[in-house]
Amino acid sequence: MAETISINGTAHPIPDDPRITLLDFLRHDLRLTGTKKGCDHGQCGACTVIVNGMRINSCLTLAAMHEGDEVTTIEGLGTPDAPSPMQRAFLENDGYQCGYCTPGQICSATAMLGEIANGWPSDASETLDGPIEATGDEIRERMSGNLCRCGAYANIVAAIRGVAAEEGA
Amino acid sequence: MSVHFKQDEPDTSNRLDDMKQGVIGAPLPRVEGMAKVTGTAPYAAEYPVENCAEGVLVTSTITRGEVTRIDKDSVLSMPGVIAVIDDERLITRPAQGTANEAPQQKPKSVSYWGQPIALVVAETFEQARDAAKHLKVEYREDEGAPLSPDAVEPEEQEGETVHQGDLAHAMAQAAHSVDVTFTTKGHSSAAMEPHAAIAQWDGECLTVHASLQMLNYNITELADAVGLAESKVRLISRFVGGGFGSKLGISEDVVSASLAAMQLGRPVRVVLSRQQVLQCIMRRSETTQRFRLAADENGRLTGFGHEALVSNLPGESFAEPVLQSSHFLYAGQNRELMLKLARIHRMTAGSVRAPGEAVGMPALEGAMDVLARKIGIDPVELRLRNIPEDNPEEGLPFSSHKLAECLRQGAEAFGWDPGPRKPRHTREGEWWVGTGMASAARVHNVGEARARVTLKADGTALVETDMTDIGTGTYTILAQIAGEMLGLDPDKVLVELGDTRHPRGSGSGGSWGAASTGSAVYVACTALREELARRAGIAEDELDLSNGRTQTGQTLTDLLGGKDMAREGHYEPGDIAADFTASGFGAFFAQVRVNRFTGETRVDRMLGAFGFGRVLNHKTARSQCIGGITWSIGAALTEALEFDPRDGHLVNCDLAEYHVPVNRDVPDLEVLMVEERDPAASPIQAKGIGELGMCGGAAAIGNAIFDASGARIFDYPMTPDRVLATMPVD
Repeated sequence: MAETISINGTAHPIPDDPRITLLDFLRHDLRLTGTKKGCDHGQCGACTVIVNGMRINSCLTLAAMHEGDEVTTIEGLGTPDAPSPMQRAFLENDGYQCGYCTPGQICSATAMLGEIANGWPSDASETLDGPIEATGDEIRERMSGNLCRCGAYANIVAAIRGVAAEEGA
Repeated sequence: MSVHFKQDEPDTSNRLDDMKQGVIGAPLPRVEGMAKVTGTAPYAAEYPVENCAEGVLVTSTITRGEVTRIDKDSVLSMPGVIAVIDDERLITRPAQGTANEAPQQKPKSVSYWGQPIALVVAETFEQARDAAKHLKVEYREDEGAPLSPDAVEPEEQEGETVHQGDLAHAMAQAAHSVDVTFTTKGHSSAAMEPHAAIAQWDGECLTVHASLQMLNYNITELADAVGLAESKVRLISRFVGGGFGSKLGISEDVVSASLAAMQLGRPVRVVLSRQQVLQCIMRRSETTQRFRLAADENGRLTGFGHEALVSNLPGESFAEPVLQSSHFLYAGQNRELMLKLARIHRMTAGSVRAPGEAVGMPALEGAMDVLARKIGIDPVELRLRNIPEDNPEEGLPFSSHKLAECLRQGAEAFGWDPGPRKPRHTREGEWWVGTGMASAARVHNVGEARARVTLKADGTALVETDMTDIGTGTYTILAQIAGEMLGLDPDKVLVELGDTRHPRGSGSGGSWGAASTGSAVYVACTALREELARRAGIAEDELDLSNGRTQTGQTLTDLLGGKDMAREGHYEPGDIAADFTASGFGAFFAQVRVNRFTGETRVDRMLGAFGFGRVLNHKTARSQCIGGITWSIGAALTEALEFDPRDGHLVNCDLAEYHVPVNRDVPDLEVLMVEERDPAASPIQAKGIGELGMCGGAAAIGNAIFDASGARIFDYPMTPDRVLATMPVD
């Protein structure tokens, strides 16, 4: 049986060329182009996807390293007919301009709220072991790995805070 | 049918205000937003093209000289490698904005470190990348290329020079004067989408999906570069992942992909690496700027001097227009302005968001703060006292002028303390806290534009133009203009952009897209309304089409009678530019905290108040403003290109080393839009918005650093080392 990787619930064979990053596997081999390449060096966050519930930069990992993993991309979070609450919040708050960093921002924000719910502290947290609120500073700190050159940060934070409030985070 | 409108006179009719649909200006979400948030909007590199080969550019490792040999055999036997393209038509620099012709070609002649010299094409990206690293290249280096602006005798840009009255005398007689020199480091646009192209050649016609801002010029530049007639070239840029000037002109990826596709007879994709984007597209020039400000005892300027030094490669006409707003922003009868250009062998200098004012205004507004402190008056008041009645050099009236309103309303909304106060007035723990302000100014530009608007028989509308949406909101605001004029909800207006098969728009650049192409849509809609009015038997200026029905009850579909109706609007700026000085104006207010021990600066809050004509969509306009303010934070605190003094190569050529603002650098931002109608700016009374938000904002932060910590810094960005070295010791 071939070694496979699960992308948005569908199993795909691991590619032959070991040099293929998870990002290029998604964009090129699978034509899931919602995941963006901004720097290819883990510096911008545009390629953020969710692997087994954790957000990662898909440019910094090889497809061959993900046998048996569950990968969720922006296409797996929602569709134009059925967008996720985070996708809808970005739309309503104008949490983007050119749209290129947006799928990475949304994947990152979606997983990030889970990190807050799990009580994982950040540099902005008051304590290391207390419950954590999704304050503006927490969100800004935790989203600083996702660059937006259009400068939509203020709206991105507003979008995420809205979703966090709805989810009671 | 094409309808031409050339604006030679102010248009005070404000026709959009007479319409009844009520969508113009409304804060509608972007019409293409759902595609962006679901990852279904296709950018240049993402079109599914069968049998597409992958190209990777090889760049020079010398500064100046000749490529004497490219050993193609060194890579042709590697797996998957198809070809090494070293065609003489490859371009070595991007075209400058609105160049309308091919930029520098002949890749064997090297003029800067990092210049593209060849393209390696292979079956897969991984194969092409590997081969590009292994390509053996030999050079003959021409040593001694000047690399620093102070290494050469600069060229005076004579069109910028002003000698008016006697500034030296005014300085000598002044009750208060300052003579200070600021420096700014180079900037990179660093758009999130790297430059990318997929070229397809069918033996006769070239089709390229690319990431470009100004297709109306780019098609001419590409046709010229590869030697084809424009009619044989098609460019498509439906989604552009940010531009900020870096995609104004045709770039190396586009021409190399095109030549490879033409040579190989199969599609070729070329995507620049992030490092290549920074090294071989455009830099904003570093600047050195001297100010001489002479004022009377009441703080009224009697003399104004601004001299600037910038740099570029030999052969480039672009010189960062640092003085642009200095020519008219403040009074002062005795004036000396001069711009000099040093020819050096760093990468190409060109347009980065708000060329000129992005660095000229922070320096000028820093100098004004020094003057205000010296006189001992409120810096807001100093600016209010120096707003000229007319352009102080040309005597022209202003088309509209909201600086005073922006200063006053901004100060009130921010809770500005007019003083008097001394620096280091507030300390919270290890942080000094202070506030600063600055004026904003950015010249208003417009360009010729065409757009076709078709009323479909079913009562919907289609807008077509090769104009682009680079995140600015073009799709949405054109739908709003057409919807307002034709009585349609914007979701009944389909906007198709970014395809040279459509009428030629203005392109996106210099903040001119909305006013220019928006006016073309307006002209087309006016012509459609005239025909509809004729059919309805109602005078056009009385015709109410709101919600698809005239005031006499006829429906739009009835008037169309089962047929489509199309008009092409052709807008031309006309002679009005010679009659008025047109600019956007505004004011910035910032509160910062400066760490006593590390020199780190954090922006606590920031407000911008802007007057830029009619606002077409309050949501997207505000986003443009907060984007500009975010760039102001980067320019003030972190953004700086660093060049190796030995070979001139850009050292910090990625997003880990070139520091654009990150989320935590940007606090909640407040934007006040001071609404106005500028009758001379455009027939839709709108002016440019996209750049004004970063034209001076860095000075509000720099001036706040002084107010907080007592560190008066004359060099942007104000990094912790500079703050620490300048801050008085406790």
